Amino acid sequence: MSAGLEKLPVIVTAKVKLNDLVTRFEFAHASGKALPPFSGGAHTVVEMQDGAKTRLNPYSLMSDPMDPTQYAISVRRDAAGRGGSVFLHDKVQVGDKLMLGMPVNLFALDLTARKHLMIAGGIGITPFVAQIKQLQTTGGAFELHYSARSQALASYADDLRAAHPKRVNLYLDDQNQQIPLERLLSGQPPGTHVYVCGPRGMIDWVLATAERLGWPPEAVHSEEFLAPQSGKPFTVDLAQTGKTITVGEHESLLEAMEREGVDAPYLCRGGACGQCETRVIAHDGTLQHNDHWLEDDERDGSKIMPCVSRFEGSRLVLDR
Amino acid sequence: MSTFDFPPSIASRPTYGALAPRAGAAQIMLADAEGAEALLAVAQADPELMHRAHVIYIPKHTGERFTDPLRAAAPDILHIAPSYPACTQRLHRVFSAAPMGAQIYLAGTEGLIGQAMALALQIGIPKSAIQTEHRGSVARRVQCVHCKGITEDVMTDPFQCGHCGLNLFVRDHYSRRLAAFQGVCIDAEDPGNVPPSVELYS
Ligand code: FES
Repeated sequence: MSAGLEKLPVIVTAKVKLNDLVTRFEFAHASGKALPPFSGGAHTVVEMQDGAKTRLNPYSLMSDPMDPTQYAISVRRDAAGRGGSVFLHDKVQVGDKLMLGMPVNLFALDLTARKHLMIAGGIGITPFVAQIKQLQTTGGAFELHYSARSQALASYADDLRAAHPKRVNLYLDDQNQQIPLERLLSGQPPGTHVYVCGPRGMIDWVLATAERLGWPPEAVHSEEFLAPQSGKPFTVDLAQTGKTITVGEHESLLEAMEREGVDAPYLCRGGACGQCETRVIAHDGTLQHNDHWLEDDERDGSKIMPCVSRFEGSRLVLDR
Repeated sequence: MSTFDFPPSIASRPTYGALAPRAGAAQIMLADAEGAEALLAVAQADPELMHRAHVIYIPKHTGERFTDPLRAAAPDILHIAPSYPACTQRLHRVFSAAPMGAQIYLAGTEGLIGQAMALALQIGIPKSAIQTEHRGSVARRVQCVHCKGITEDVMTDPFQCGHCGLNLFVRDHYSRRLAAFQGVCIDAEDPGNVPPSVELYS
């Protein structure tokens, strides 16, 4: 079932503006209990009550995975997004109570690796912050290559560089600095794993370069949470529950099902984990697949990922 | 033809494929005896790849038969070694210096493939980067489970342990760490009652 059903009540203990775009939120358990430990790379789904609307957004945890007294996330303000990040920035204050989903890790370090090569772009730095803290405790070779638009927007770069001057490399777009990817990926010792988190273009670049250089797929890890895209409203028949629901313009199919009280599984809400996969019983129209999960041959009209994918047409019947 | 279809066996028994050219940051090839044929097939499929390859070759009984064709395929480096032990140091160095993305090709006898595979994995090369192809002799490298001595190129079953002299039955039970099949005393209960030796797979 969806790990999203297990919730942790938390209270906001700090709200720290890092730069023009990014703010860090720190949480403690609302009743003072210990928060469960997690592993570096895990995310939590933050549940926000925005008036009548419940917003559920996934964010990577970036606090020390072994610290039970606090969780922290860093949120990039996305003015063009659907409003979750703007709500957090503008409305959520220290002392507010929120619900967090149990941590789920879809971007874990492979601890059999001899070395971890981390490649971050922009806010994609956050899972690595937790992973590096984890490696500090457990030991383990790593190297971080972090690219950001400018020094001012390079969240945590100073802290990371101060703590690990030899292992952290920063590249700034406004200085025309670029990660020397080709060279990096052709000079790693046997047993290295590479991890990339950042914008789609960067992920594609790393995956394609690694493949061309013969990296085995199991040594290449990536994470990108897609935000659900807006689109034309559409109507869905749910065969199991017998409901007919309408998905609004700025709402995902998953959110519409939740709004109507349909028990729909999820973990990442970003098209990456596969948990929300739903069978399409019938459709007359076009499924708009926006996920990273389904293989090409599964995009044949038999399945849909309701957290990010939509539909355009006259009739859609799902097995829910 | 130097290929052989091994009969189906237990899960621990290694299986082999056919080498195919694969894109990679480096190309490292190791073969003994007829294993050269498998490397030459890769060279034929992708001559450019061969020009970038580091090849280590142990001719064994084949003498000069494959050394000229290998030279003609023009690998970046061709090292001819008299035996596996004679080239393990070099192999260790080459494997250790191999960047992630390097492709490893092992061809020839089971003893060679198994030992080089164990070395590569120990160094941290991912298993998925290693291709193997059996060619030539079906002789096995066998460890006596009693005295732990390893006998190379075992052709018959049962055979006499080259170290302690026990009569050993050759099992399909294989140790990846040792790259050796296990040989177990066949006449422990009734010393001297040893079935006649037959050639492996005959
Ligand atoms: S919830 Fe993870 S793919 Fe939809």
